[in-house]
Amino acid sequence: MAALVIAEHDNKALKDATAKTVTAAAQLGAPVHVLVAGQNCGSVAEAAAKLAGVEKVLVADDALYAQMIAETMEALILSLAGKYDAILAPATANGKNYLPRVAAKLDVPQISEIVKVVAPDTFERPIYAGNAIQTVQAGAGKKVISVRTTAFKAAEATGSAAIEKVAAASDPGRVKFVGEELSKSERPDLTSAKIVVSGGRGLQSGENFKLLEKIADKLHAAVGASRAAVDAGFVPNDFQVGQTGKVVAPDLYIAVGISGAIQHLAGMKDSKVIAAINKDEEAPIFQIADVGLVADLFKAIPEMVEELTRLGV
Amino acid sequence: MKVLVPVKRVIDYNVKVRVKADQTGVDLANVKMSMNPFDEIAVEEAVRLKEKGKVSEVIAVSIGPAQASETIRTALAMGADRGILVKTEGEVEPLAVAKILKAICDVEQPGLVIAGKQAIDDDSNQTGQMLAALLGWGQATFAHRMELGDTSAKVEREIDGGLQTLEVKLPAVVTTDLRLNEPRYASLPNIMKAKKKPIEEKTPADYGVDAAPRLKVLKVSEPPKRQGGVKVKTVAEFVAKLHEIGAL
Repeated sequence: MAALVIAEHDNKALKDATAKTVTAAAQLGAPVHVLVAGQNCGSVAEAAAKLAGVEKVLVADDALYAQMIAETMEALILSLAGKYDAILAPATANGKNYLPRVAAKLDVPQISEIVKVVAPDTFERPIYAGNAIQTVQAGAGKKVISVRTTAFKAAEATGSAAIEKVAAASDPGRVKFVGEELSKSERPDLTSAKIVVSGGRGLQSGENFKLLEKIADKLHAAVGASRAAVDAGFVPNDFQVGQTGKVVAPDLYIAVGISGAIQHLAGMKDSKVIAAINKDEEAPIFQIADVGLVADLFKAIPEMVEELTRLGV
Repeated sequence: MKVLVPVKRVIDYNVKVRVKADQTGVDLANVKMSMNPFDEIAVEEAVRLKEKGKVSEVIAVSIGPAQASETIRTALAMGADRGILVKTEGEVEPLAVAKILKAICDVEQPGLVIAGKQAIDDDSNQTGQMLAALLGWGQATFAHRMELGDTSAKVEREIDGGLQTLEVKLPAVVTTDLRLNEPRYASLPNIMKAKKKPIEEKTPADYGVDAAPRLKVLKVSEPPKRQGGVKVKTVAEFVAKLHEIGAL
């Protein structure tokens, strides 16, 4: 039987998280179908149909799915679940919200945030904020899996799957959407940026984050922060990288004025290259940084902007 | 209205976790255990609702070993009224926890369940959502702010890239995110008072739930270690090095 991947999108664009979940699903060795639940989401379905390895795209286009409300998503996924023996979703805020409801109703355990498919029924997943890796084997019954997308490569856009409409399921009517407040930014999204520049308590104020923004603009990077910087009120919580914030794995992670608490490392230690700027030579961040600069960030950052300009970056 | 708050006993968040040499799990011997931090936030929120007069009783439930009664005592010292300890041995998966909690909800009929969004040991982030599904209730996960009304709750929740506001009909399940509140420290008089508050002891069998794990843990291993690289003194060297390894 096939595997069903639930697409992450904003009704206009398909999120990269979907392409990465498709890669994980393909490793189960069965055909992969993608469910796009949204409203006026035709372009999303077309993008999903292009993902390599996808055999079929199911589209539920209805006002009920304008936002991915957990209760309506549960009803829709359950209406389709009979034909699948694995259901996967990216471990985004949405996926984490609706997927356990599906597992509970199917009376199967959910396997959360897999980082590796060892065999079609065996997976690796981080526990204790990534300080240990658990290898688990699923029993009989359907597999319900959330995927830590930073651990998988995105499926390429080289396919051409068929698109099929599916009916909307009933509305459980328990929840009303009131509104949404999304932070607007010209910069790339923290979880999908190729380069991330993060600041910690060492920045000393929210105003000083503007220094980081200058480097971020030069490198087309996203700006992140440690929990210490968020707790101090320098930046909003959605900047937070770490165990209790976002997990990122960019090609380059530049930690500025971040000491490297365990809880921060949990959110960025899978980055390809880690660079750190800190005036404290003993800061734990240097134990994992590929390149470390021991310097006062207030001198180093403006110098770095100049150096990058000089190099024509 | 009654509020039910599930609390889990986990390794204290300040403890450096060590994987056992035989790869059967992490070392729990002589390690400081505490209430899961997200559950503390849940207890705090419930107690504040009681202090505002919106809630009549706060019930703390823990599913775990005998020592989980200490975790319940912590909740009672923070202001919960009574506890229920469902004694289990070994790991209990979120689905079994949700089934036990559902059975307790069937008996206690709370108007609201406030749970931590995830436990910092298994990092599953499932129990609240599973409980809501099994009860057929609505949910508002990752709560950042909440307002409790008579028939519904308005909850601002943390989502990727910002905040979302939902209005969820009661009864409902709300799960807590970090910024919902800052939990109090229990005062000594309240710790003493908590010793007299009742804790009922139960087993999963009392609720007709089979708590045996359904997933097989084959092993628990150390994550791959990262090696530190070079340390440099000047910005020019820093940028040159990043360039050299192809990162810039």
